[in-house]
Amino acid sequence: MKVPYYPGCTLHERALDFDVSARESARALGIELEELPIWTCCGAVFPLTTDTVMDILAPVRNLAYASRIGDKVVTLCAFCYNVLKRANKVMRDDPEKREKANLFLRADTEAREAIESYTLEDYDGQVEVLHYIEMLRDLVGFDAIARKVTTKLGGLSVAAYYGCTLLRPKKEMEFDDPEQPTIFEDFLEALGCDVVDFPMKTECCGGFQIVNEPDIAVACSQNVVVSALKRGADIIVTTCPLCRYNLDKQQEEMEKRVQGFQKVPIVYFTQLLGLALGIDEEHLDFSDNYVDPRPVLTEKSLL
Amino acid sequence: MRLKLSGEAIRDDLVERVEELSGQNLSACYQCGKCSAGCPVVEEMDVVPSEVIRLLQLGQVESALETKTIWICASCLQCASRCPKGVEFSSICDALRAILLRRRLSSPRVDADELAPVMVSDAPQMGVVGALKKLNG
Amino acid sequence: MEQRIGVFVCHCGSNIAGTVDVKRVAEALAKYPGVAYSTDYTYMCSDPGQNLVKDAIQEHDLTGVIVAACSPTLHEATFRRAGTAAGLNQYRVEIANIREQCSWVHQGEKEEATRKAIRVIKSMVEKVKLDESLDPISVPMTHRALVVGGGVAGIQAALDIANAGHEVILVERSPSVGGHMAQLSETFPTLDCSQCILTPKMVEVSQHPRIKLMTYCEIDDVSGYVGNFKVKVRKKTAYVDRDVCTGCGLCTEKCPARTDSEFEEGLAKRKAIYTPFPQAVPNKPVLDAEHCIYFEKGKCGVCQKICPVDAVDYEMKDEFVEEEVGAIVVATGYELYPVEKLGEFGAGKYPDVVTSLQFERLLSASGPTGGEVRRPSDGEIPKEVVFLTCVGSRDPENHLPYCSKICCMYLTKHAMLYKHKVHDGQAYYFYMDVRTGGKGYEEFYQRAAEEDDVLYVRGRISKIYEEDGKLICWGVDTLTGSKVEIAADMVVLGLATVPNPAAAELANKLKIHTDEWGFLTEAHPKLRPVESLAPGFYLAGAAQGPKDIPEAVSQASGAASKVAALFAEEEYHREPVIAWINEDTCAGCRVCVSVCPYDAAEFDEEKKVARIQEAICEGCGACIAACPSGSAQQRNLTDEQIFRMVTATLED
Repeated sequence: MKVPYYPGCTLHERALDFDVSARESARALGIELEELPIWTCCGAVFPLTTDTVMDILAPVRNLAYASRIGDKVVTLCAFCYNVLKRANKVMRDDPEKREKANLFLRADTEAREAIESYTLEDYDGQVEVLHYIEMLRDLVGFDAIARKVTTKLGGLSVAAYYGCTLLRPKKEMEFDDPEQPTIFEDFLEALGCDVVDFPMKTECCGGFQIVNEPDIAVACSQNVVVSALKRGADIIVTTCPLCRYNLDKQQEEMEKRVQGFQKVPIVYFTQLLGLALGIDEEHLDFSDNYVDPRPVLTEKSLL
Repeated sequence: MRLKLSGEAIRDDLVERVEELSGQNLSACYQCGKCSAGCPVVEEMDVVPSEVIRLLQLGQVESALETKTIWICASCLQCASRCPKGVEFSSICDALRAILLRRRLSSPRVDADELAPVMVSDAPQMGVVGALKKLNG
Repeated sequence: MEQRIGVFVCHCGSNIAGTVDVKRVAEALAKYPGVAYSTDYTYMCSDPGQNLVKDAIQEHDLTGVIVAACSPTLHEATFRRAGTAAGLNQYRVEIANIREQCSWVHQGEKEEATRKAIRVIKSMVEKVKLDESLDPISVPMTHRALVVGGGVAGIQAALDIANAGHEVILVERSPSVGGHMAQLSETFPTLDCSQCILTPKMVEVSQHPRIKLMTYCEIDDVSGYVGNFKVKVRKKTAYVDRDVCTGCGLCTEKCPARTDSEFEEGLAKRKAIYTPFPQAVPNKPVLDAEHCIYFEKGKCGVCQKICPVDAVDYEMKDEFVEEEVGAIVVATGYELYPVEKLGEFGAGKYPDVVTSLQFERLLSASGPTGGEVRRPSDGEIPKEVVFLTCVGSRDPENHLPYCSKICCMYLTKHAMLYKHKVHDGQAYYFYMDVRTGGKGYEEFYQRAAEEDDVLYVRGRISKIYEEDGKLICWGVDTLTGSKVEIAADMVVLGLATVPNPAAAELANKLKIHTDEWGFLTEAHPKLRPVESLAPGFYLAGAAQGPKDIPEAVSQASGAASKVAALFAEEEYHREPVIAWINEDTCAGCRVCVSVCPYDAAEFDEEKKVARIQEAICEGCGACIAACPSGSAQQRNLTDEQIFRMVTATLED
């Protein structure tokens, strides 16, 4: 089965391990992630001011591209998922903004025709935006995945970190219960992990404030990591390259701030998925982490 | 501190603009403070979220614009998610920043030339793009 | 018959006269055919105004009266009484609404409003000309009441009705009466021991000669109408013959099966064969087959073997009993909003985050910890306890928009009692407003703050999570503008009160209204708080809305007095302005039978015509609209009358 796939600019450049492990795992489960032939950055954040249409043009354009090859689009990056899904909702529910956005799209088409012979039609929300984990749950089934697992990850205590953008705002994202979500825990159970629930799994890692106020972002990330550690996590999975960067790289800072700080590796959930499905280490690519996950994985005889 | 209140002072054009830009009804906030209690970065703020809204309810928009609070918000939306009256403080922050930035009276908050090298070489682009959009307008 | 109709145009002060030229209206009507007397007056509803009507009826031999004034919902009854007093049939006294439907909606348009008033009154004259003299329909009435729900409100209503001299059937679905009040430790603001003040009433209700107490029973079906209800009661099988049982308790003692006790709010276990609490009335056990080893596996049977009077019978089935009653009081009470809905507080997975009812059981001397406040997780005495108000209430975005009224007070009571029991403990009370509207309530709250050192923190808590055996609470003090964090040993949630979920199903069966939250709807929020709009149904207690014990008891007595007033008459009198069928023109098509929502239309197999049962018809008009031959008509609102009213309105 082929599913249109939107990687987003970060997966394309800085989170290749996320991209590759996701593609290979999907392939092992019978899904070919078909990257959109044309796409651009989604804009990273969804505007919270009411008077802007410009800020949703980038995601809308990508959705329009997706509508050319299918009725759904899968993404991995939590920021992209949030922006695409919310922009999609605007196109479905707000006739005034939909009209304006489509006017821009049409103008774009004229330029595009001249350059690449690629036309866009009016977009009105006909594409469904899916997160990769929703694709796993709904198109494959966690039970089916469990049956395909060749390396059960038993003995590995895994904490799932959800972060913010997957879950909120709850009425628009409709991803899972925003206070007590369980989709990733269900997924990890299918892989045979010892699942660790921890109270900070839905609290912010600091996000983009790592650029402007790094100390504050480190404090947020530290709160998350320490909470997972206290609950006995060997490893934390995430679905957001920014969360991964904050939780992983900033442990360099956390080590300085917390006495007796115990480092914990942060990996993408697709890397663990690939590991469980028996995908070779090269395609899981653990080389990009600040805190290397390989020692703990080897210790648990999983590598 | 003495605030001289009047109908004019409380509902001036700037207050209307904040409501319009943020899409929020400031009067709906009944000052329960749940937003402040759950904000992950509240400890760094000079004025906690519910207090910022209180300032706006009293027509003190300029005071709200002067806070460090609106620049620290990470748009995590936990405040909006838990608010019992459906008031989205995160949107109010965005609106207040937008009002300030659109006045174009100072240099951008995040200087792209002064970015830490690691931001350019290592950090995921989404963080830099997000920060520039949120904080530079 | 020569018509001599009297028209009385009310000024209603300036409400009508300010917009409508009342003198001109009275003059215009004086000339209208059929009108023998026409006048205007400042306040028709006053005594002199009413006397004007009575005197005119007699002096001018009036055959009909129209009072042109406010809406009939206000004073139709007043003027009908006046008519009756003067010897005129009350159904020939009509109101023409020239206030709500004329002067109040056409202010500033004097000419048009005056002309409209004249037309409105003329159309009513046409109606009155064809009005028949009717009499209320009397039907026999059963002078017995049914009370559904055996909490404090139901108990009070039953006692008051019984003491007024009427028989009462009190049906309660759980094995004992008492409701939630029996679970409370002490009541605010007096700190009376709850069971001490309630159990005398419970015993009274079980021993009263005019009260038939049916516990472990449910209402299966209700049919009929006010004065004549037929109720089918399901006696749920207890597998114990509660008439033979002596309440010795041996079966409960020996029973090996355990499950969570509902009375102890899950903090302790009970047996499969059990009484809910020691002071239960009746103090006879029931067997919960779902948790019984005999019913699950076919083994055990100890209770039957050990019973000295052979009261245990595993073959028992549900029984059904039919009762006839004339009035029904619904007092089904409340439940707490489920803690599972509060994800930010753990959704029920932290054992030391307890509900308010659970805390009552911890405080209670007869509770699972003997009245010592101990953590459910490890039995330790908590030194830092946080009390949260408004959990689920006043939260239109995520939960319930309304205020649950009692939580401010009962959490103050909780904090106070905790401090009385744990002197070196610290109590924190998080609030947005402390609502203390009852007698002695404000003083009670001040006492908790001043004498018992409860720390009142104005702000809400956003998140509670467990860490190192403590419950970390993220809160805020809005008065100083600071986030506060407390590592609590225990948290008590003031959960919202919601109506007993069973009430919605019951309301459906009874065909009485509930609001969007499931609370029973009163006939008028201000003036008729203890009755439903449906005749014969009365409301009492928290089922109608969140309230405390004195309010529930007051409302119960109020409902009882309404029942007593109903029963004061020998027969029940119904409005005669209902449907009737002209049997000469009826074709027997039976459309009326199929559309009647009250099953009032019946088909006479012999005569092959339809007939309306006068005792049941509510005058809704469905059959009249549906009847293809026009044989079904409404008394005093026939098609002919309506046609003439419309014609009069359109004339210039």
